[in-house]
Amino acid sequence: MHIDKDLVAASATPLVLGILADGESYGYAILKRVNELSGGRMQWTDGMLYPLLHRLERLGYVRATWGTSDVGRRRKHYAITADGREALAERRQQWVVVSEALKQVWEDVRPGPAVIEGWA
Amino acid sequence: MSEQTAAGGTGRAAEHTALEEQFDQWRGYVQRRRAISAADVDEMEDHLRGQVNDLTASGLDDDEAFLVAVKRMGNLDEVSREFAREHSERLWKQLVLVPEEPGEGGRWRELGVVLALAITAGIWVKILLDTAGDNELVLVRNGVFAVLPFLAGYFVWKRRVPWRIAATLLAITAALALVVNLYPFESGPFDEPGMTMFLAISHTPVVLWLLLGVVYSGGAWRSSARRMDFVRFTGELLIYLVLIMLGGGLLIGLTFGSLDLVGVDFEPFLGDWLLPFAIPGALLVGAWLVEAKKNVVENIAPVLTRVFTPLTIVMLLAIFVALVVNGPLTSVDRDLLILMDAILVLVLFLLLYSISARDPLAPPGVFDWMQLVLLGAALAVDAVALVAMLTRIAEFGFTANKVAALGLNLVLLVHLVWAAWLATGFVRGQRSFGAIERWQTQYLPVYAAWAAIVVVAFGPIFGFV
Repeated sequence: MHIDKDLVAASATPLVLGILADGESYGYAILKRVNELSGGRMQWTDGMLYPLLHRLERLGYVRATWGTSDVGRRRKHYAITADGREALAERRQQWVVVSEALKQVWEDVRPGPAVIEGWA
Repeated sequence: MSEQTAAGGTGRAAEHTALEEQFDQWRGYVQRRRAISAADVDEMEDHLRGQVNDLTASGLDDDEAFLVAVKRMGNLDEVSREFAREHSERLWKQLVLVPEEPGEGGRWRELGVVLALAITAGIWVKILLDTAGDNELVLVRNGVFAVLPFLAGYFVWKRRVPWRIAATLLAITAALALVVNLYPFESGPFDEPGMTMFLAISHTPVVLWLLLGVVYSGGAWRSSARRMDFVRFTGELLIYLVLIMLGGGLLIGLTFGSLDLVGVDFEPFLGDWLLPFAIPGALLVGAWLVEAKKNVVENIAPVLTRVFTPLTIVMLLAIFVALVVNGPLTSVDRDLLILMDAILVLVLFLLLYSISARDPLAPPGVFDWMQLVLLGAALAVDAVALVAMLTRIAEFGFTANKVAALGLNLVLLVHLVWAAWLATGFVRGQRSFGAIERWQTQYLPVYAAWAAIVVVAFGPIFGFV
């Protein structure tokens, strides 16, 4: 299933912060987690994750440290900060509002023809 | 059975080498983007490798896995644009002189070594200044020996030059110092240097500078690429020195003015203490800056060549017309020959620096043609001047100065004629750019040899006059 680009962009920050709220992680693992959570239906452009992580770092929502992977490669780890948790909580409230509004919209929606008649 | 396993093993190893090559290529490709830093490439490579591992584990072969992983990474232009949006400052490349991350103390140690060498060189110059007293010639003769060996020392330390090479170079330098100081050069009536002494003093820096090239290349002075690096280094260092001198001059001027207002005479301190330490200091710090900024900032010298090549062509054409119209024979003397040498040196530098920064694989373009025109114009001007000079010499005979100027002219002429020949082949598509580049670096030792001859042999040949 293709998900609209703007929707992916809007949900990326809370998703990444939410995953990091569970514990420190690194780029590829974050991406795999996104895939798991969406059942493989949310396909990100992998490269775009990194500018996003760097923006979150600049905003002070995450803290990055260089470590090594189990095979000895350089690996950058990200951990959420207190500011990040606050931002996550705020985003969460916003999303709750959005999704509740959407839920009501979905419930109001009748099968095709009825809607058109209603509008007419 | 065991043979099969072994064969399988090497097969797999070979396959992984291919994969490693692909990773290398990818790195090179991504690193060319200015908005993506080396650390970002590391981070993305870790991602790519993780992805490839998972994909191969699920049954894909190396090639397929790599392709899929790269594809998932997305369009690099878009990713790079995203990085640029986040890190716009990177488009203005930043010069990190001393890394902030702990555990990388190398640069700090390097700065320490540079400063220690600069101060030692300053102490030498100061001693020289005090022993010289009123006899300025002592200072002029030995100044270069008091400073350049310390710059060489920095590179001996940095490049871990084998002691045998360092010792040989030191011995040559010492021999030159003895020649310049102990030859029975004759001085003029007012104690000004005679012709051969002046030539020896002015040619020693050239010899020493090219010897510095040997330590700069870490002893691998035969390598064409290392020689070109030294040429680049020289150009960038010159530009840094000019900038440092401008800044230093401004500071000194402001200090001078302020102290003058309150009635303090700054001049004795300036001459006795500040300059003896500032000049070697500027040289060493300049060299250190060039070393540190390699690959960080665009080189400046090649940019300047683009601006000055067309201007120099115009200048050469004007000179050519003037020489032909006014009759070159009327005003020819040694000065004209020296001027011609200066012009050829300028053309040589323009050529060398534009070559040093050119992508050797790019096809011939407008600028290559322009260079050819520049070379042709320089050679035409020189040919006219040279004919005039030779008739003049045939009439009035040789002096040390004329021979030195003429010799340098011939050395430069050979360099430029062959460069023009190769460049013609290149713009016609008959020759690769590599041939031009190689010729430039191959010819450099000739200058060292000629300068050494002037220093060592001209005194005895011309009776130390």
